[in-house]
Amino acid sequence: MAADPIHQFEIQNYFPVFKIGATQIHFTNSALFMAVAVGLTAALLIGATSGRRLVPTRLQSLAEMSYELVANTLRNTAGEEAMRFFPLVLSLFMFILVSNVVGLIPYTFTVATHIIITAALALTVFFTVIIYGIWRNGWHFFKLFLPSGIPGWMAPILIVIELLSFLSRPISHSVRLFANMLAGHITLKLVAGFVVMMGSVGALGVFGAIAPLALTIALTALELLVAVLQAYVFTILTCIYLNDAIHPGH
Amino acid sequence: MATNAHTEVPAGTKVFPPFQKDTFASQLIWLAIFFIGLYVLMSRVAIPRIGGIMAARANKISGDLAEAARFKQQSDAALAAYEKALADARARAQALAAETRDKLNALAEGNRKALEGKLNEKLAAAEKTIAATKTAAMANVRGIATDTAAAIVERLIGAAPASSAVDAAIADVLKR
Repeated sequence: MAADPIHQFEIQNYFPVFKIGATQIHFTNSALFMAVAVGLTAALLIGATSGRRLVPTRLQSLAEMSYELVANTLRNTAGEEAMRFFPLVLSLFMFILVSNVVGLIPYTFTVATHIIITAALALTVFFTVIIYGIWRNGWHFFKLFLPSGIPGWMAPILIVIELLSFLSRPISHSVRLFANMLAGHITLKLVAGFVVMMGSVGALGVFGAIAPLALTIALTALELLVAVLQAYVFTILTCIYLNDAIHPGH
Repeated sequence: MATNAHTEVPAGTKVFPPFQKDTFASQLIWLAIFFIGLYVLMSRVAIPRIGGIMAARANKISGDLAEAARFKQQSDAALAAYEKALADARARAQALAAETRDKLNALAEGNRKALEGKLNEKLAAAEKTIAATKTAAMANVRGIATDTAAAIVERLIGAAPASSAVDAAIADVLKR
């Protein structure tokens, strides 16, 4: 039971909160860790900056670095005009980053291991791009699907390719984050489970558990990297997609 | 299993949790609540505050630099004023020294002239006195010569010569 690598992803209902139609909505472990992510983000970006110090404390410095990292990524990728999406991009980055890192602590829950969450976040970006792109550029937005300087006979083929690649964006955007987090947690759980299984066999088993234990430690470090990297990858892809909404010509 | 989340799933068919559709509604609602909450916190509080802190820092730094530049300008101006004052003072001192020297020179020249004039006057007076004395002496010489010549002639010939003859003889001698 303890070694079941799938158990950690189950949604557990803690207590009922409200009803939507006939559906009873419970407060769940997923909701709890979303709240933890929001709470920690607010503690860092709001709590640690309440001093408004000219010479920052360590935590205020960390908050400023997070702000600058996202602001610079967005500005360099999509230009100054994209800064109107800065609250969205910063929220995405901090939400995914904090929930991923918190999820690495044993017995916690990782919000991004559910495709519905990553899909909702990716679709938020997808529809933001489409709605803002059309609102800002009108029909000009659809130039996105026709690279300039292409011979006429190639246009139909390229439009289909570009359209497909555009439509598949939310899929790759969401599945990348989901699959990375899911696979990492399954691997960690399996390898760590070996340690327990070996340990229960006897003296020889305890000796044999050294290798999976070392691997667990190494994997934890790797997963920490993946957790941070995937949050950044999701963010930078968001910036690249927003750039298309602002500058649709190729 | 410490969960009651998938009671709708028939017993025995265990669905992979991320694909359990009955959890989607609750997850989406919680995500909407917390993500919109986070968005509002970020856009209303965190971003204006951190942006404000950074703007204040940039302002402070540029303000300090401007103030430093202003102070440097002030010290440069003070240095220039000091050097100008020094140069002025030096020039004035030189002018004063030249003026004093000229005044003293003029004074000395005047004194010298006055002294020379006085000396010349005294010299002229002395020369006049000498000339007068000489004339008087010469007149006396004639009287003495006449008296002496008359006395000498009287001794030689035993009779006093006529004084007119003696005068004529003296005058004749003095003419030579």
